Amino acid sequence: MKMSLMARARQIYDAKKKDHKFKDAVSVFFLLMPYALLFSLFIALPVALAMYLSLTSFNVIEAPEYIGLFNIVNIFTQDPVFLRYVLPNTLKYSLIVGPGGYMLAFFLAWMLAQIQKGPRLIMSLAIYAPSMVGGVFMAVVWRTIFSGDESGYINAFLLDNDFITRPIQFLQSPEYLMNIVIIVALWSSMGVGFLAMLAGILNGNEELYEAAYIEGIKNKFQEVMYVTIPMMKPQMLFGAVMAVVSTFTNGYIGVALSGSNPTPQYAAQLITNHIDDYGFIRYEMGYAAALSVVLLLIIILFSRVAYRLFAEKH
Amino acid sequence: MSIQGTKINPKYFNKTQIGFYLFLVPLSIFMLLPVVYIINQAFKPLDELFLFPPRFFVQNPTWDNFTDLFRTASSTGVPLSRYLFNTVLITVATIFFTIWISVSSGYALSKKKFKTKKLVFTINQIALMFVRTAVIIPTYFIIVRIGLNNSPLVHIIPYLAMPVSVFLVKQFIDQIPDALIEAARIDGATDFQIVMRIIVPLTKNAIATVAILTFQATWGAVEASNLYIQDETMKSFGFYLNTLAVNAGNSIAGVGIAAAAGLIMFLPNLIIFIVMQSRVMNTMAHAGIK
Repeated sequence: MKMSLMARARQIYDAKKKDHKFKDAVSVFFLLMPYALLFSLFIALPVALAMYLSLTSFNVIEAPEYIGLFNIVNIFTQDPVFLRYVLPNTLKYSLIVGPGGYMLAFFLAWMLAQIQKGPRLIMSLAIYAPSMVGGVFMAVVWRTIFSGDESGYINAFLLDNDFITRPIQFLQSPEYLMNIVIIVALWSSMGVGFLAMLAGILNGNEELYEAAYIEGIKNKFQEVMYVTIPMMKPQMLFGAVMAVVSTFTNGYIGVALSGSNPTPQYAAQLITNHIDDYGFIRYEMGYAAALSVVLLLIIILFSRVAYRLFAEKH
Repeated sequence: MSIQGTKINPKYFNKTQIGFYLFLVPLSIFMLLPVVYIINQAFKPLDELFLFPPRFFVQNPTWDNFTDLFRTASSTGVPLSRYLFNTVLITVATIFFTIWISVSSGYALSKKKFKTKKLVFTINQIALMFVRTAVIIPTYFIIVRIGLNNSPLVHIIPYLAMPVSVFLVKQFIDQIPDALIEAARIDGATDFQIVMRIIVPLTKNAIATVAILTFQATWGAVEASNLYIQDETMKSFGFYLNTLAVNAGNSIAGVGIAAAAGLIMFLPNLIIFIVMQSRVMNTMAHAGIK
């Protein structure tokens, strides 16, 4: 009698535990489902579809026709605009704004951490502010500053001081446009990653620094290389990934400044503009998708370098 | 070199800091110049906008550009207030649902045990590098196919999947001790109650950060209105101001109006960030990728 009571209790306990486990599984399902659904539909599926479409010829009206790697091969052999302008532009832009902007962000965050709280707050706000200005602001301000007639601030300044005799068409001339795009992109690139790195440096363990100086570190440079960066690798990596994302998201700047896609003589044509050109202007969706795949590969390559540098080894 | 000179986050001024100030102050001014410029430009009366050589600071500030901006009716006769109403609604809804989604999935990824947890988190971490503009064309086909084209929901639904938000909230929930959740569970709390009574109050900083990032992405958004909305009455404020700024910016008389538009788009971002900056910095301290 007593044994069977024990057995019964055990049974009830097991059933309850099973029930709890089941309930837990149900709640995990409901907690994650909305995100999983949206993620699949608007992140995973677009990437998969880009890969599929890149293997087809598709003009929106007729069904996509499978043509294998024809598009990818064409990009690298038959597209003079891509080879002569888009690829070199994209590499130049993404190397300067990506790793360049990232190093600048770290350097600024590091310097800001060395001063007192009050001035730091104001100056970090000034440095962060451009990253939240948005497209309208960007177009208005920079287009007036670099305006091609004498109402432009730069032109007015140069004319006034007799550096030039006729206004320069900054936003329409190939030799200036790309550099202006890079300046504007750098200006607006101190975003979330910059803040994460600043927070990472400020949260550093002071004892580590003291110990390092006792161990014989001699200067600020060694301090950064041997204490600060190793200490905040996770923030460094987050900042790097954010830098890659913002670099390629800001690819519209050239078009916004010059007011046309393609940009004048393809001077600031980046791969993102090339995608829009083929997709939304020429309706060659298969080719545009193939360009997207190339862009995704470039992004993955950049991120892999970041992970190589900063990921903690397991 | 003394230890004092090497201190991170110093409490007092020290002459080793002079070098940093010499670099940071001019740079901060340079970064802020366009902002100062647009503020001045937005308040300039017409004759100062025409001035040659142009003067940087406004002499006789007026609200003319703002009143002109609100008076300029769109060619289709949609009042400006309609665009503003749309954008406020879109922004509020997007922020609310993004917070909901990031907190619930962040909680599951941080505190729940299930087989695919590590895989899901890894996939999300890879997706941090997702650049939406890279796959804009396949996204277009998907949105048209699922019937969101020209639906007001297209402003909101495609932008709710934010890997960064889920990541930030999850990292933040990791700080909450498991014992706290366990105790609530023993007292009979359901997951919904745990999220509402424990997780949300303790992750306020991360939630504020997600709200700010979502606000920044949504308030001035033009993509949905550009690509998916054909009905003029359903387009966003940002889209309207953008078309206005692009058209007006080409004629010198419109420069002031365009500057006013840019300022209206920018100011809310700045104010909200200033109010919430300490919460953002607190969240960012936990934002590392391990």
